Amino acid sequence: MADSEDDDSQQRVNEGDYVVLKRGDIYKAVQIQKKKKTVFEKQWFFLDNVVGELYGTTFEVVTGGTLQPRKPKHVESSADAKEAGTDNRHIQDDGKSQKLTRDDIETLKEQGLKGQEIVQQLIDNSTTFRDKTEFAQEKYIKKKKKKYENSVMVLRPSCRILAMMYHGREPGKICHLRYDTLAQMLTLGNIHAGSKVLVFETCAGLVLGAVMERMGGYGSVVQMYPGGGPARGGVENFGFPPHFHNTLHEFPIQHVNALLAGTLDTDAKSIDPTTTDDVQANGEKSDPTAPQMDSTDAGDQSMETNPVEISAVEKEAEEREKRREIRGQEKKVKMEEKRKKLAAAAALLQGRNADGLVIASRFHPCPVLLGLIRFLAPSRPFVVYSQYKEPLIECYTKLREQGGAISLRLTDSWIRHYQVLPNRTHPVLLMSGGGGYLLSGTTVATDTQQVKTAPTRAEEPPAKRAKLDEATEA
Amino acid sequence: MSFVEYSEFIQEGDVVIVFLGHDSMMQVKVEQGAQTQTRYGVIRHSKDLIGQRFGTKVTCSKGGWVYVLHPTPELWTLNLPHRTQILYTTDIANITMMLELKPGSVVCESGTGSGSLSHAILRTISPTGHLHTVEFHQQRAQKAAEEFREHRVGHLVTVRNQDVCKEGFGVMGVADAVFLDIPSPWEAIQHASNAMKKQGGRMCSFSPCIEQVQKTCEALSEHGFLEISTMEVLLRVHDVRSISLPLPDFGPDQLLESPTNTPVPINASVLCKTTTPPREMAGHTGYLTFATKPRM
Repeated sequence: MADSEDDDSQQRVNEGDYVVLKRGDIYKAVQIQKKKKTVFEKQWFFLDNVVGELYGTTFEVVTGGTLQPRKPKHVESSADAKEAGTDNRHIQDDGKSQKLTRDDIETLKEQGLKGQEIVQQLIDNSTTFRDKTEFAQEKYIKKKKKKYENSVMVLRPSCRILAMMYHGREPGKICHLRYDTLAQMLTLGNIHAGSKVLVFETCAGLVLGAVMERMGGYGSVVQMYPGGGPARGGVENFGFPPHFHNTLHEFPIQHVNALLAGTLDTDAKSIDPTTTDDVQANGEKSDPTAPQMDSTDAGDQSMETNPVEISAVEKEAEEREKRREIRGQEKKVKMEEKRKKLAAAAALLQGRNADGLVIASRFHPCPVLLGLIRFLAPSRPFVVYSQYKEPLIECYTKLREQGGAISLRLTDSWIRHYQVLPNRTHPVLLMSGGGGYLLSGTTVATDTQQVKTAPTRAEEPPAKRAKLDEATEA
Repeated sequence: MSFVEYSEFIQEGDVVIVFLGHDSMMQVKVEQGAQTQTRYGVIRHSKDLIGQRFGTKVTCSKGGWVYVLHPTPELWTLNLPHRTQILYTTDIANITMMLELKPGSVVCESGTGSGSLSHAILRTISPTGHLHTVEFHQQRAQKAAEEFREHRVGHLVTVRNQDVCKEGFGVMGVADAVFLDIPSPWEAIQHASNAMKKQGGRMCSFSPCIEQVQKTCEALSEHGFLEISTMEVLLRVHDVRSISLPLPDFGPDQLLESPTNTPVPINASVLCKTTTPPREMAGHTGYLTFATKPRM
């Protein structure tokens, strides 16, 4: 694949794109809209100047709230022998070593000094800087840079970045699902292009988006949703191309039992997919502007005998009638579309041959799993996430009783970051306390009764096999 | 059957996974007329496998039964013949996400080793991506290429038998992601950088020793990589158990005001449903170092 101007245009930010802003370890997902004030890390700015620039560009926030692409960093001369001490035995931590006051620094900021320049000022005005060890000096500079840094990098969204963003910013929205746990789910679930995956999640659409990213627009994803409508605002942040949405279906779980019993009639006019059409659901709003006027206005018109006015009145009534009809038609068309979508989703589910099931929600996982596992073909993986362990213990136990699943594993993932610097390599001081739990397994055919003890013709004593099972599983 | 696409029925030539019981599985190549020995008896391929649905229970000659599963990279990792130490699913899962792999990704990998990670990558980048994998051991390179063909993923991968530190990956400017699991990754960083697309990409190096990590991070920094981040991941397994805890007998409760002095039954116990950790667990596999190559 030779690089060409063609490739370049795909690398540039367009208006309307969903991007992620980054500073250090802080991320924020935004949509590029001109003349719209964006707040990020206590700074306000406009994204207008980002349009047309390459993804991955770093911008400086300039006074006034504009973004300026930063020139490539010049390599800092670490070759000069900086004055440094050997240890901190004489350094007093009295809070008086920095001569610049907060006001001084504010003034510097207002004068438009770049972050790097402010840091240099702080170093110059610190009485203890030259007594610090080289390591301590580096650490000091790093810390000040982080604080006074003024730059923003614009990135293309990806599952990795969004998972880290959500976990850092709004873990509550995603049931405290940590990014490495999400990584496990996608792999254990064997999510890949061309399969049919069922997703039940209340993680703002992060899990759904992650699944869709791994499907690459091939195959199909059915989002099973509770209540009024599928919540998937997070999916937008991934910035998928439009055709990806053709593979995304949704199905309300309140119809699951009917579907499984074979009594769901998707032709019935009475079927109301119960989309409340509010905020996040597909961005559609039902007739927001059209006032429900119908009968009232016609009645308000006074009975004029003037022929000109009569015809004007008549004309208006006609037009109103027309508009009403059009709106009625539009509503009908929309309802029909919804019904068709429901039927399509039901058709996908009916075969009970889904290839994967991913559950990550605030609902008790046990009924969700037992309810939805019936849609999976045999020899297919399923993964259930829960913030807590006990509900998954219940799932495990019930599945063992019910049968139809093997290789059940209750796991959680442990992650630790490292600082790697010459002579200063060690794990980072703070680490994540927990990232949730996973129950994973594989479905098997349930038509034959699962026999726990070996049948009569066994040459081995039956007890051996039964014991093997009991000793290891509850 | 293929490792990148599900199918419903077993056919001759398929590789299937036979599940024997708790944590016990084996891989089987399905052939007309062949037989496979298991502790529960013989599985006759023609009668018991070919034409059966994946996931069905198969009764063996001795009467015991097994399940026959559709292969997945995860099952393969647990059942493949080890030619080298392999990467397990926990690390693989994180590598996949952190390298931002998805359908269409072009990936460079070295060393191929036993192909554990390779299969997982192929599954993720299918159907439009490509894997360029480099292995300096000739027999291992050959075996890997054979396996890819058998597993019907040969069209997605190119195996090269060469030394990545000296000759690179054999391609330039095409990779979205590069993965290194070699003794001296710092020697391959330049090649990794060359293999990546001009617009940049993601890089990962897996090393068991911290000294290797230090050298690698230094090399990454020197070559202009950003967002250099080292971590390790471990999986903790929780074994679900029903535990019976005996209750102590402190004698009849004399402070109770109620006249009904119900004696505590001897040998009373309480049943708890809980989990216990296994006696030992994997404590270390290797350090994962990730970095981003910016647009040059």
